[in-house]
Amino acid sequence: MAKQSLRKIRLSTNPTEDELRALKLGDVVYLHGSVYTAREGVYIRVVEDKHPLPLELPKESAANFHCSPAASINDDGSINMGAVTATASFRFSKWLDDWFKVSGAKLILGKGGMTSNDYRRDFVPNGAIYLTTVGYGTGALLGRGVQRVRDVYWSDDLGLAQAIWLIDVEEFGPFIVESDFEGNSLFERENARVAETLTRAYEGTRPAVLKRFGETDDRTDELI
Amino acid sequence: MISLDLIESTANELMRKAAVEIPCDYLTALQQLTAEEEASLSCFVLETMLENYEAAETDGRPMCGDTGCPRWYVKFGNESRVEGGGVGLEAALRRATAQATHDIPLRPNRVHPLSRADHNNNVGIGAPEIEYGFEPDGEWIDITTVHKGGLFGTDYRMLFPSDGIAGIRRFFLDSLAAFGKRGLACQPAIIGIGLGGSKDACMVLGKRAACLRTVGDQNPDPKIAELEEELKELGNSIGMGPMGFVGKSMVVDCHIEVGYCHTGGMQMSIHAFCLSSRRATARLYPDGRTEYRTDPQWFTPYQRRETVEWLNSP
Ligand code: SF4
Repeated sequence: MAKQSLRKIRLSTNPTEDELRALKLGDVVYLHGSVYTAREGVYIRVVEDKHPLPLELPKESAANFHCSPAASINDDGSINMGAVTATASFRFSKWLDDWFKVSGAKLILGKGGMTSNDYRRDFVPNGAIYLTTVGYGTGALLGRGVQRVRDVYWSDDLGLAQAIWLIDVEEFGPFIVESDFEGNSLFERENARVAETLTRAYEGTRPAVLKRFGETDDRTDELI
Repeated sequence: MISLDLIESTANELMRKAAVEIPCDYLTALQQLTAEEEASLSCFVLETMLENYEAAETDGRPMCGDTGCPRWYVKFGNESRVEGGGVGLEAALRRATAQATHDIPLRPNRVHPLSRADHNNNVGIGAPEIEYGFEPDGEWIDITTVHKGGLFGTDYRMLFPSDGIAGIRRFFLDSLAAFGKRGLACQPAIIGIGLGGSKDACMVLGKRAACLRTVGDQNPDPKIAELEEELKELGNSIGMGPMGFVGKSMVVDCHIEVGYCHTGGMQMSIHAFCLSSRRATARLYPDGRTEYRTDPQWFTPYQRRETVEWLNSP
């Protein structure tokens, strides 16, 4: 097994520009402060339907987590939260530029990242970066970093999975830096390396006799 | 007669076990892959996963915050009787699903596909799925729950006899690469492959191959077992590891199940059972005993029979 050689960094959920600038692709990050969940339900309500935000952003937090927690609300209003895991982010890119403007988010936490085009178009101008969760099934570790659930917004309208959960966190992680301040993508860098070995593995295979419309023969292509 | 109380309480416990405890066959295999992985990012991911399983068991919290889509497989020993019949059984499993979703808690993942209505309990139209099987002899029933991740790593393709093994290899690689990039399939995974049947049967076979067979298990047909091994090695040679990073840990094991198909076709489905390979089984007896295990033992000679009569019948 290779010795781990990754840099570990503790980062606030309201980071300064200098702190963000110093992050390198592949750095391991642990967060402290507060994060909130917001995904398509919230984006549609805020960005498209122009609903005012139910909490003060980015004052409360500049870290938007693409996540639906495994949580339940008891009859007395108390909350159980066990594990939290991100959901795939590429589906949300179309709302992000507007979302950055409304929310002032500086950190997007999620699964799988977006394309470097998205980063350059939406993230860089808004001074934001993308941190990916690890695995991705590290819900129990992330759950340990949750100190308490501060509030839940819009759970009646959007359901528990799409609601905004505001949670206080400490040693919340690990995350890996997927996009840097210039908008480079770690996944794209890794994909380019994998493409070479992948091409060799395809030797001795044959394309299906019945084709599908619009398929790719380029091993560097991604489908997101 | 197996009582409904026993079914419901066992089902509740199965829901918890599946969500919290990583099955030992998968865990051992992942430890092995971690020991052999050389790339530093891939290594970091695997080591973090191993820590995560420990945290889940110690704290009694779900391994993954996306707790998948709970479903049930029920197998009846041919002499078994259930209180309340099939309707009673289904009600007990639906109650246990809702109760465990609240108590553990699990993520209420199930929504209406159009209205997006969420009952916050993983129960709704067609949810949870309940599938059935039978075994000769036995007064027991086996209940298995599987909480498979829902979105990525599954595909189907109509292949033809002329596609041959080369075509199977190709579709296998296409799917691994498509869902493996950025780790959308949460690999390394147990890959299940269905061959033959019809489109729907092929999907069912592949999903069961992924979720109901354990790491190290081989198909009894030596030709198929050889293909399982070959595809596993092929999958681990594409240079990709967890999260799509450079590495060689992609396929924990490959399981293939076949079904007789139309003479002109060779349907193929592929299913990745993710880093949280959540499955748990219990055998329930009429005297109230239950035995828990992590191997569903679904695929028996009876399930794979190919003759008109069941020749081993008494
Ligand atoms: S696919 Fe990944 S995120 Fe989804 S349940 Fe499995 S480990 Fe969790």
